Amino acid sequence: MIKHLLTISVALMLWLPNFASAADPKVAFIYVGPVGDGGWTYAHDLGRQHLEKMGVETTYVESVPETDSERVLRNLARRGYDIIFTTSFGYMDPTLNVAKQFPETIFMHASGFRTHDNMGNYFARMYQARYLVGMVAGMMTKTDNIGIIGSHPIPEIIRHINAFTLGVRSVNPKATTQVIWVNSWFDPAKEGAAANSLMDNGADIVTITTDSAAATQTAAKRGLYAIGNDSDMSLYGPEAHLTANIFNWGIYYEHVYNQVKNGTWKSSSDWWGIETGAVDISPFGKMVPKNIQDLVMAKKDEIASGEFLVFKGPVKGQDGSTAIAAGVVPSDQDLLSMMYYVEGVVGDIP
Amino acid sequence: MTTPELLTIILTTAVTMGTPLLFATLGGVLSERAGVIHLGMEGIMLVSALVTFVVDLQTGSKVLALIGAMMAAGALSGLHGFVCISLRGNQIASGLALALFGTGLSGLFGDALIGSTVTSLNRIPIPGLELIPIFGSAFFNQDWLVYLSYFLVAGLWFMLFHTNWGLQIRSVGEAPIVCDALGLSVAKIRYLCVIFGGMLIGLGGAYFPLVLTSFWVDDLTAGRGWIAVALVIFAFWHPGKALWGAYLFGAAIAFQLQAQVMGLKIPSYILEMFPYLLTIVVLTVVTVRNRRAGQTFMPAALGLPFYRGDKH
Repeated sequence: MIKHLLTISVALMLWLPNFASAADPKVAFIYVGPVGDGGWTYAHDLGRQHLEKMGVETTYVESVPETDSERVLRNLARRGYDIIFTTSFGYMDPTLNVAKQFPETIFMHASGFRTHDNMGNYFARMYQARYLVGMVAGMMTKTDNIGIIGSHPIPEIIRHINAFTLGVRSVNPKATTQVIWVNSWFDPAKEGAAANSLMDNGADIVTITTDSAAATQTAAKRGLYAIGNDSDMSLYGPEAHLTANIFNWGIYYEHVYNQVKNGTWKSSSDWWGIETGAVDISPFGKMVPKNIQDLVMAKKDEIASGEFLVFKGPVKGQDGSTAIAAGVVPSDQDLLSMMYYVEGVVGDIP
Repeated sequence: MTTPELLTIILTTAVTMGTPLLFATLGGVLSERAGVIHLGMEGIMLVSALVTFVVDLQTGSKVLALIGAMMAAGALSGLHGFVCISLRGNQIASGLALALFGTGLSGLFGDALIGSTVTSLNRIPIPGLELIPIFGSAFFNQDWLVYLSYFLVAGLWFMLFHTNWGLQIRSVGEAPIVCDALGLSVAKIRYLCVIFGGMLIGLGGAYFPLVLTSFWVDDLTAGRGWIAVALVIFAFWHPGKALWGAYLFGAAIAFQLQAQVMGLKIPSYILEMFPYLLTIVVLTVVTVRNRRAGQTFMPAALGLPFYRGDKH
């Protein structure tokens, strides 16, 4: 009898924790910046808060240097978190190392390219939203000169500049985009100064690939327009903020959470598009006329249905040569390594 | 765009970008002239920027916001003073700790403010002076904090080099043991310089929410407190040279941005390196020249805790 009880209780002890984790996975996040950055990390944390609202137990560790991430990850795995999202490119190898040590834990790495049995990676096709906000800029500009404040010249950012410019010129072939690099992801004072330089030079709309709302505010002060990035920045200048290309990570995080909970999760590389809602554009400002809004939303539907592809050839390079031949659809790999400007961009890649 | 217009644009940006650096550098000069190294500037600037933002948001008064910023900055610097002067702790360690502490503190209390905005200071043209070609509108069509910085440069220079107080401050930084023998309170003078210097650094922090970016985000100053640390040395602990140094760093940013708009084929990285490179060159040249002449510019007792009655 006692023996039986013992067996049953041991079985229960072994079974209960498993049951608890399968039913209600606990989710952890590590962030490269502070949650208060108002951009990249802030967008991921909104996704985490979305899970919290669903009643999921979550935690996060912010401002984790890439060099220290392995220790933090191991600690989180040991504390029994079932899913760990690592939200910076530089966390890729540390995530892989820790994933091998904790095969029961599921790791999801953003913006990288390595996977493992229990490690997947994910990103979102922000360039699709960039194309749409580019259309808004192309139709709203009066000077046909649109400024872009660039962060760092890497393929992701070049791809975004190109998609934006293609969007601008799809509706306004005379317009050009002018890029200023600030060589920083985040420097509000310098972004403000760059916005001023672009506007002094004739730009009447500025957009950014950096993370702060400085450009939106500068535009508001000068009575001009701006387009935000990563998060809706309309709070900082409602009269200037036309729209923004934004992440809705909550949708993706909910999807992963449900897969893990249902036991259907498998390691994969996800690059979610606008059809999922993981990338989108924020609500239009009041100054954007209805007909422009309608055109952009119609194009959004075409992109979502796959009817329209942002980078389908013919696409001309900056010097007018053929960058993507007519009818050619570049592979994801081509998009991920894009290092040339399309026609209509003014400036050089440093 | 004509050349004079272009120069005006670059100079205007140089002044607005340089002003927070100038305030902080002046604060560092005052503190270090009395012999206390101040590496905590980044933390103090961030905390004072946050306090400015909060007070402005609550009261709508720019003056109260500035007073709040200066009090917070003075208090934090007083803490640095306590460690360095009363406890005779390591000044480098205390400064670094303050920089990290201030960054964390501002982030902690700043989270609730994300999304709020305040109005920025208006430009007030000075009649007559603003009409000077090229320079006029860059230097005399600015906000009143910029004008305050001009007076602070002149006032600090006059105080340090032409008053008895200044002599005492510099003596405490050069030869505290002599000052002590003459009956001066080394600790009192150092405390005053560290606290007032901190308040000037606080003005530099306040300049961000009041002029440059009228919203709060973590790490708003983006490392400018560290540039000010370098500028104190670049300026050879002199308020007048601090002015040129701060504007030079501002101009480097302004020129780099403008060069890209104009399509000049200069890599932005080179323009970005330029002021730092110049810092190294100037330091090397001047140090070598002065060593030959048997002079140094660094306060001799900088970084050394003072022990009363020591025989060194």
